[in-house]
Parts: sequence; structure tokens; C-alpha cells
Amino acid sequence: MSDATAGAAPGHKKASAAKAAEKPGPMVDAEGRPLKESLNRSLRLQKMRALMLIAPLLIFVLLTFIAPIADMLFRSVQNGIVSETLPRTTHRLADWDATTGDLPDEAVYEGLYYDLFIAAERKLHTRLGSRLNYEMTGMSSLFRQSGRSLDDIGDVYFDQFKDLDPNWDEAMPWAELLGDPEWIAEMQAWDEDSGETMPTFELADGISDLLPLTAETYSAFADYVQSEDGDSPLQEEPWVLVHTALYQDLMAKDVSGYNGPQAAMLKAADAAVGGFESVTFKDGMEGVDGDWLDHPTWETIQMYSPEFTNGYFLNAVDMQKTPDGPAMRDDDQRIYGLLFKRTMFMSLMITGSCILLGYPIAWLLSNVRVRTANLLLILVLLPFWTSLLVRTSAWKVMLQQQGVINDVLVWLGLIADDSRLVMINNQFGTIVAMTHILLPFMILPLYSVMQTIPPTYLRAAKSLGATNWTAFWRVYFPQSVPGIGAGSILVFILSIGYYITPEIVGGTTGTFISNRIAYHISSSLNWGLAAALGTILLALVLGLYYAYDKIVGIDNVKLG
Amino acid sequence: MNFTKTLLATTALTVVAGGAFAQEMANSMTIVSWGGAYQNSQQKAYSEPYVAMHPEVSVTWDESSNEAVAKLRAMNEAGNITWDLVDVVAADAIRLCDEGLAMEYDPEELLAPGDDGSSAADDFGDLIVSDCYIPQIVYSTTFGYRTDMVPEGVEPPSQICDVFDLDKYPGKRALEKRPINNMEWALLCDGVAKDEVYDVLETAAGQDQALAKLDTIKDSVIWWSAGADTPQLLADGEVFMGSTYNGRLYSVIEEQNQPVAMMWDAQVFDLDGWIIPTGLPEDRLARVKDFVKYATDTKRLADQANYISYGPARASSAPLVPEDMKQHMPTDPANAENTFLYNYSFWADYRDDIDAKFQSWLAQ
Amino acid sequence: MSDVILTDIKKKPLSFTLPVVGAAGAFAGLFVGTAQGSGLLGIVIGGLLLAAIAYLVIEVLNHTQERKAKYGILALFLLAGYLFGGLPGLVVGGLFGWFFSWFVYWVGEGRYRAKLPPYLTSGQVLWHFSFRVLCGAIFVFLITPILVVMPLSFNAENFFTFTPEMLHFDPAGYSLRHYRNFFNSNEWQSALKNSLMIAPAATILSVSFGTLAAIGLSQPHVPFRRAIMAILISPMIVPLIISAAGMYFFYSRIGLQGTYLGVILAHAALGIPFVIITVTATLVGFDRSLTRAAANMGANPVTTFFRVQMPLILPGVISGGLFAFITSFDEVVVVLFVGSANQQTLPWQMFTGLREQISPTILAVATILVGVSICLLTVVEILRRRSERLRGMSPG
Repeated sequence: MSDATAGAAPGHKKASAAKAAEKPGPMVDAEGRPLKESLNRSLRLQKMRALMLIAPLLIFVLLTFIAPIADMLFRSVQNGIVSETLPRTTHRLADWDATTGDLPDEAVYEGLYYDLFIAAERKLHTRLGSRLNYEMTGMSSLFRQSGRSLDDIGDVYFDQFKDLDPNWDEAMPWAELLGDPEWIAEMQAWDEDSGETMPTFELADGISDLLPLTAETYSAFADYVQSEDGDSPLQEEPWVLVHTALYQDLMAKDVSGYNGPQAAMLKAADAAVGGFESVTFKDGMEGVDGDWLDHPTWETIQMYSPEFTNGYFLNAVDMQKTPDGPAMRDDDQRIYGLLFKRTMFMSLMITGSCILLGYPIAWLLSNVRVRTANLLLILVLLPFWTSLLVRTSAWKVMLQQQGVINDVLVWLGLIADDSRLVMINNQFGTIVAMTHILLPFMILPLYSVMQTIPPTYLRAAKSLGATNWTAFWRVYFPQSVPGIGAGSILVFILSIGYYITPEIVGGTTGTFISNRIAYHISSSLNWGLAAALGTILLALVLGLYYAYDKIVGIDNVKLG
Repeated sequence: MNFTKTLLATTALTVVAGGAFAQEMANSMTIVSWGGAYQNSQQKAYSEPYVAMHPEVSVTWDESSNEAVAKLRAMNEAGNITWDLVDVVAADAIRLCDEGLAMEYDPEELLAPGDDGSSAADDFGDLIVSDCYIPQIVYSTTFGYRTDMVPEGVEPPSQICDVFDLDKYPGKRALEKRPINNMEWALLCDGVAKDEVYDVLETAAGQDQALAKLDTIKDSVIWWSAGADTPQLLADGEVFMGSTYNGRLYSVIEEQNQPVAMMWDAQVFDLDGWIIPTGLPEDRLARVKDFVKYATDTKRLADQANYISYGPARASSAPLVPEDMKQHMPTDPANAENTFLYNYSFWADYRDDIDAKFQSWLAQ
Repeated sequence: MSDVILTDIKKKPLSFTLPVVGAAGAFAGLFVGTAQGSGLLGIVIGGLLLAAIAYLVIEVLNHTQERKAKYGILALFLLAGYLFGGLPGLVVGGLFGWFFSWFVYWVGEGRYRAKLPPYLTSGQVLWHFSFRVLCGAIFVFLITPILVVMPLSFNAENFFTFTPEMLHFDPAGYSLRHYRNFFNSNEWQSALKNSLMIAPAATILSVSFGTLAAIGLSQPHVPFRRAIMAILISPMIVPLIISAAGMYFFYSRIGLQGTYLGVILAHAALGIPFVIITVTATLVGFDRSLTRAAANMGANPVTTFFRVQMPLILPGVISGGLFAFITSFDEVVVVLFVGSANQQTLPWQMFTGLREQISPTILAVATILVGVSICLLTVVEILRRRSERLRGMSPG
């Protein structure tokens, strides 16, 4: 194996060194290559071989573990949903200056109407609503309600077009006006039952120059009908949004030169639109929901327009975005700072009690005969191998007010029946249960370190006149410190991320930041915030891990 | 996503075509529900008789209703829907429907008419709170208390405000670890009229008022988050009274014979029902539709009441409910003297905000 | 060491025995006394009673009639216990009697010094035994939850509560229904089947990849060793909830969510750090000249690996594998996210059981699993002894 070459090299070195003494010049190996090169080559080979052995696992871990976590953490800054759902609005809103106190201009409202209409048809608007509701209460219903009554604006034009010519409420004339004739032919030839996919909609030549807005909205419509509903645009009347777009196009453009399909219908409409009743988009949106004329609504949308946001991270440290930059949240909404502090404090307490309880046990294990130690080790490992859930429920049975410990204390008469101790649903309960769960992680590294400390040192110290205490404190303890360090960091890192045990025995004051992360993932669905909290937690843990690696070295962890 | 969908659709088509008309319905179904006694009642009343009629069908139950919204959202993101039918509460159904994750349906086409001849839409009436929602049962969140822990010489608690009266009824209470319901009860007992509760709760001052009221009993509350918690706490005598779903209390009282009694005052009605996820392949959809039509007919809904004390969502099922079960139904007139209606749209908006406040208050 | 030194065991003077045994009796009497209403009376009676017994057995009966005296004390306590507290009292009394019948002779005859070096002062002897008692208490802390779980699993009711019937040892308070329920319920059986399918598969994956990588990592020249190690250990370090959420989103996207493969891959990733840690630890003590010798004698690398290296590092591999197995077998957070109904494992079933309907079936399962764990731990212990023998180390 690789060691064979490694072992061979020094031998060559000696031989060639002897040669070199006879004749100066570059040292060469048996095959006449320079020794340096040969050594490098063998080293490289060795490295390659080691990497080859590691590679499968490394790739495995990268794919099944690291990639998912990176993907998850990326959500903490992702904010594409706003600009994807409201592309026109966010684009036009970019220039708006929120500090002036004026509302955005008509163009923004126009963009909003188009964006929101398409989003509502695609059922994406409520998703955006719940996203923005994390930042401003009421956004959820604003978007939901708006989605329902948005048709009101378009209906104004739709009714007038329809009154002018009933064909404007038919599917086919629209398709002929805007669709490519070849596509229409293909579409008509397409057989729904054949199992082939529908020919994708194509715009007629030149129509997007003539009626840009109409073409754009009709394409969106046709795409939606084909891909989402699986229907043919030849049979579906377009959205009223398209009528609005047509009104705008006809008001802005001259269509007299047009002589394609349905030219007569279009020209008649062109002649009539001048006399149409119209509404501004701003008024229209006000009619949909008065909150669209609220300044803070627009501030929020503008603030969260960019594709990436630091909003989740600010939220995770009890701050929020305001037009004047990040600011602290109201006192009664701050929670994460407290939770992070509490998580740290409780993890420290747990680590401390693990040291207190684990040290004597590790000492005992390393000072009795190996056979006894191994038997006792089974006692240490047994709870470690018992289902976490069961151990936690057992602690519940033990610690609650009508639980085993209180019952025994009352039976012994140590406490009165009406003053039973409260030992669960608070920090005490979490600390006891988690100390129990994590104790093996303290004992095992401590034990493996203590095993290496020769008992003769202690005896020597004593025979030199040290008292028991001095001998322990000055001679034994310093040697066991690496074990304490290893165990502590392991216990601390593991406890900081705990989730199930605090959930069951922690009550309100004994829960950890992980419980909040779980809540945001499965209940409030604020995945971005969960990811931000997770990133901060992970950064803390990685910091500790780095310290661990520096202090004890990751190779020195031993389990059993 | 669209690509996957098309792929799925085409696969489904090929499968159907390949099967040469042998079977246009899929033969396996994954139904998501809550587990425990409730899922058991659904199995007994719906799926077991259905499978008896269609022995080729295999039904898998997934006890994931708690995380249904999160999981459906992730499945949708991935374009891989593995669930066929999902049991959710009304608030979640509205959310799923809004996001396009649940399929809209036509009651007349999907559901069987009532046994009394009424159309499906009339039979369910107002309970179809969303276009995607197929209601099954009406349940309520209400209080139960230990009869042996009532102080001597005092009437057993009967009013919602007795929960907040520590002098008269000392002892621990179990409340759910979320603002919903608790905030409303607190305001009701702080002198707010029933029809003004949500108006008050909209304002920051109203939220503070509710939290201040809850503050008076905070030290005596054990907060629960899982449905099994309150029954266990009551059985252990850990709490004197606790809120939970009425079916849970029924099983504690009637099946486990614990010294517990119900307090129906200000019970909060809510619904539980099915949604069908969007984007199911045709053969699976066909199977689900067939099952839903069967499982939500008058007879089946009434049957479920044999196994659990929740009220069937169809008006036409009510007369078929066994007599001895009727008194345990939240909808029984004797129990429903003073009920409180859960406001779905209010909580859709204020959930995030009030929850942040509530959790911060809890953690203090 | 202490085996070779013979400490003189001699009878202790009464001035030592009587106060010590009396004090122990007073301590026990305190509890019995408070339970019966008067702590002070309990102390006095307990102290006097035990001192009297000590005098009687040491001086009057002496050690020639030890066996009879022990039975006498036991019977006395059993009777007293039964009179005071019925059936539970009988059990407590029996325990007390058993302890004191041993304690009296242990102290009175000076047997406690038997295994200690003769030069220890009395203070050191006292410290030695208090330390043992302290450790004993910690061991009790470690296994109490398990001791609580076992009797509760025989509960006749559907709650996690010690019912009055159970405390009175009334047979009506006990039943095997939760065990029957476990064996008869489809859900539990399919959960067991899933666990038994997923855990070994995940273990095989993590052990095979892990051992290979551990061998690679223990080569003398590995570039980026620290970084690679950090990545490989990370599944143990990253908070589970973050791993679970990340895998959930990612696996959903690539279609692995809700499949056996997804759960197995996720669990294998979680088990890898344990394999890496244990196997690299064994490789630290591995003598490289053995592989060189094998290579010298013409064995190819594969043969060398399976015939020379593998048998020697096998204990590390097995104990790493067992850790990986238990990680998967006891894992609930990740499987809740990555799995779906078809992959419900035992911990998942327990979790939903705890959440939706508390039933001591969970405890019955736990009791069975504790039994299995004890078997597995014994296997590890036997393997360890065997390997130490093989490597020529002292089995101790």
C-alpha cells in the first residue's frame, strides 16, 4: 500500500546520499530520476490515494447533507417572490421616493393592476399577501380581497366593448386578432384525446407593435389557459384584463393601417373608444380596497422589492426595516434576543450540571477494574440507547406535580400535599431532562481522557506530602481538563440545537430557539425567518465547533 | 414545475392507455389525517366500508394533518404531490385554497345529494366556508374540569369566566399555546361584548387588554400544544380545568371513566374536513372523487358520530345520529346555549402579528 | 493494585459499631417517622432499634450465627413493614431489612476495609465510601427514567399515571394489553418493519462509506484534512431541526421526499460522524507495519484490507455501526420531515402517539427496546473483550 512507497523512499535517500558523497550533482533514485521529483511523485500518489478513499463519502455528505443545508440557509435572504409576482409594479416603484409622503403615480397603479390580475388568475397573489403580512399586518387580506374584486376595473371596459360588438366577448375573434394564423390552424387540427401536447400559443406578426399591451396580456392569458387549465384559447374568452389593455392601446395608438383578421371590428372599436367611460387605475384600486391609497402599504412593497433582503435577519434579531433604515421592534414584540440568551444560558447550565455529575462517574470508571468499569459503562450507555421520546416522557411522569418524585416526597412527609414542588414546564424541568439525556456525551470523552492519566501520579504526589485535595487539584485535575473541554463543548453544541425535549418539558420559560424555528417551519410557514434564525444558530454552533477543533482537535472525540 | 406536471400527466395518460380501459382509477390512496381516536373514527366509518366494497383499493393513512400546509407547499414547490386527500381545519383549508394548493370543486358534481333530497350545497349550507373545502364535522374547543377538585361548598364551574377566577376555583388550568381562542375568552371575561371582540382585538390596546387579562392567571397555566396533552393532564390531576377539543373530553369521560365533566360555555366552533390537493394525476383524482362522494354522504357522516362525539356537517345527517351520542355533540341545543364563532379572516390577517406578541408575552 | 495488599479484617469495637449503625437507623427512621407523622420519634426509635439489633447480632449472636441472624432481621423488618403499610410497606420493609442485615455485619465485623489499602486513614475510608454512594446516586439518576417506564408499561389504564391500584400491587392495576396492542396493531407492526428496514440500510451505507473514508483520513498525508473532517462531522454538529428542514426542502425538490431512499440517505448522513469518529480512533492505535508486512509477502491491497486491517479495526467499525444504527433507529425529527406515511418508523409512531393519543403502548415498545439495547450492549462488550484478547491487551 501507500506505506510501502513511503517506507522505501528514505532507503533510497540513504543510498543516493552515499552516491552524492562520491560525485556531486542532483540526487537521483534507482530509476535515475531526480530524488526530489521522485519523492514529490510518491507524495502526490499518496495524497491522491487518500483522497480517493475519502471522495465517495465526501461527495455523499456534500450531496445529502451540505447541499440541503446551504439551500435552506439561502432562503433567509431570498425575496424574489415580490418582484416575480409584481414585476411591473416593483420596476416602476423603484423611482418612487417614499419620504415625500406622496402616493405613487398612476403608472405604478397601472402596473399593479396588471400584475395583480395575472397573479390572481394564477393564484399567486395570496402567497405574496402572506409573505408581506409578515412585515405588515393586513397585507394578507388586502391581497386576498383585491384578488376577488379586481374584475370591477376591467368590467368597465369589458361592458362597453361588449355593448359595441358582442364579438368582443367571444373566444375566436380574439384568437384570430392576436394569434398567429398558422398556430390557429395547428390548434384546430389538434386532437385533445390524442395525448399530444397542445401547440404553444404564438402571437401574430406585427401585432405586438400595434397593440403592445393587448398582445402582452393576451399571451399571458393564452399561456395560463394552456398550461394551467389544459384548455384551448380558441374556446376560452380572454380575461377582462385584455379588454382594459385594448382600451389603453387604442387610446394611445393609431390602428388605421391595420388590415389583418378582424380589422373591421378593431377599427370600429378604435373609433368608439374616445367616447368610452373610463376610470383611472388609482381610483379603480381605491375602489377595490382603500388600503391601496395607504402610504405604509407602498413603503412596505417598495422596501421588499429587491430580490434579496436582509429583512429576515433583522427580524431574527428583533429589528425591522423602516424607511429610515433598520430599527428595533416594539418592546412587546421582541422575543428572539431573549430566546437566544435563554438558549445560551440554559445550555451553559446543562453543560455545568453534566460536568458536575459526569466527573465523579468518569473518575469512578477509570479507577475500578476494567471489567467492572465496562459493566458500569453499560449503565451509562443504556439510557443513551433508549428512545429520546420515551426518556423525555418518563421525566414528565417523574417531575410533574402529581408525579413520582412529588408523590414520594409527600409520602415521606417532607412536603405538604398542597405545596407540591413545581419541577416541570419550566427551566428546571428542561435542565434536568436534558442533563440526563446529554450526560453520556460528557462521561465518554472524560472517561477516555482519564483512562490515560496514570494513577501513580496521584500516589506519588501524596507520598511527597500533598494532601488529598492538593494532590487532586494540582496533579490530577489539570490532566483531566482536556476531557472536560471535549465533553463540555460536545454537550453545549448538542444542547443548543435541542428541540423535542424542551418542547415536551419546557413549558413557556424552558424552550429554546429551535422550538421557534420549528414553529416557523411547520405552523407560521415563515420559512425565510426560520432560515435566518437557523443561520444565526448555525453560525454560533460552527464558532463553537471551531473552538473545539482548536482546543481538543476533532480527532480526539471518543465514543465508548 | 410545469415540466414535472406535464411529465406526470403524460405518465398518467400512458398508464391509463396502457391499461386498456381496465382501470381508470388508481388503486392506492394516501389519506392524511390527525391520528388518534379521530382518525380511527374515519377509518371505521369511511375507509373500511369503502375498501370492503372495493377490495382492490389500498388506503394508507398519514398522520400529518398538523403540518399539512407546510408539507403541501413544499410538495407543490417540488411538483410532486404524494397525498390524495387531506383532512384539515377550516382555517388551513382557506389558506390552501387561497394559495392554489387545494382544488376547487363543484358541490353538486362531487358530493352526493342529501338522503332527504336536498342538494349537496344546501345540505352542507354555510359550512362550505371555502370553494375547496369539503366539511365533515363540526367540533368545538371547550373546557373540561376535574369534578373531584371542585372546592367544597362551591358550585362546579359553568361559566367561561370561571377559568379566570382563581379565588373561587384555585388550581392549574391548561390552555393552548397559541393566541387563538385564548385572546377571545380573555376579552369576553374582561367585559367586552361578544360581537365586539374582534373589533377590540384589532387594536394594539385591545391586544394588550387581552394579554393583561391572561396575565392574571399566567402563573397557574400549563400550556399545551398537542391534542393529547389536556386529557393526560386532567387524568393526572395536574390541572383543575383545561381547554381541548370536545371529542377528547368525551373519550376521557365516557371511555376512560375519569372524574371529569364538560363546561360548554363559550365553546368555540370550528370545522374539520377534506381538501383535494391540486395537480393530482387523473387516475388518482378519479379514485379520490369516488371515495369522497361515498365518504361524505348522509349515511357515512352520521356513522362517524358512532365513534366520536363530533357533529356531522350535513344537516340531513343530524337525525341519524344515535340518541345517546346526541347529548355529547357540541351542536346539541343544550350544549350550544352560548357559543362563539371563530373569525377566519381576522386570524388570517392578525395571526402573525398577535402571535409575535403572544409568544413574547409567554416568554417573559 | 489493592488485590495484592491484604488488609487485616478485625471486629470493630462496640463504641464504633453501635453509633454508626444507630445513625443509619436514625436516618431511615426519619423517613418512616415523617411518613407516619412524627419525624423526631422516628429518629429516636430508628436509632435505638438499630443500635439494639447491632448489639444483639454482633455481641450476643456473633458471626457464627450470621445466616440465622440475617434471616431474623429480614423477617422483623418484613413484619414491621407489613403492619405499617400493608403490601407496599412489606416491599419497603423487605428492602430495609435486606440492607440492614448486611450493613450491621459489614460495619460491625470491619468488612468494609477488606478491599482498601491498609494505610488509609478513617477519614479517607469515609470519603471513599461517600464517594461510592454519590456515584451510586448518579447512576440511579441515569437509569431511573428507564425504571419508571417499565412498570408503567404494564399499566391497565390508558394514561401515563401510576394508579392507586398499581401502588397497592393490586393485580387489577396491571395488564399486558399494551404489549398485545403493540403486537396486534398494524401501525406499530409496519412501523417496526420500516424501522428494521431503514436503520440497517442506513447503517450499511454509513459504515461502508465511513470506514473507507476513515482509512483515507488516517493516511499520513491528506490535503485539507481539517476541512474534510469538519464537513464529515457536521451532521452531528448541525442542530437537527436545521438539517431536517434543509433536507425536507431539498429532497422535495429532487423527488426524494417521502421515499425510502430519501429517509435512508438522510439517516446515513446522520450516522456518518459516529462511524468516522470510532473508526479513526481505532486506526490511531493501528500498527502500520502490519500492512507493509502483508504487502511485502505479496498480498494485494484488497486482500491486505480484508485479511489484515479489517479484522483489527472491526471492533471500531462495529461500535460505529451500532451508533449509526441507534441514530437511525431513534431518530424522529428528520424522518418526520423527510418521510411520509409509508416510511413511518417506530420513533415517528411514538411521536404521533405522544401528540395525538397518549397510550402506554409507547412505553411497552420502549421496554422492549431497552431489552434489545441491553442485548446489543452486551454484544459490544463481548466483542470488545475479544478484540482486546486478539490484540494481546490485558482483558483486565
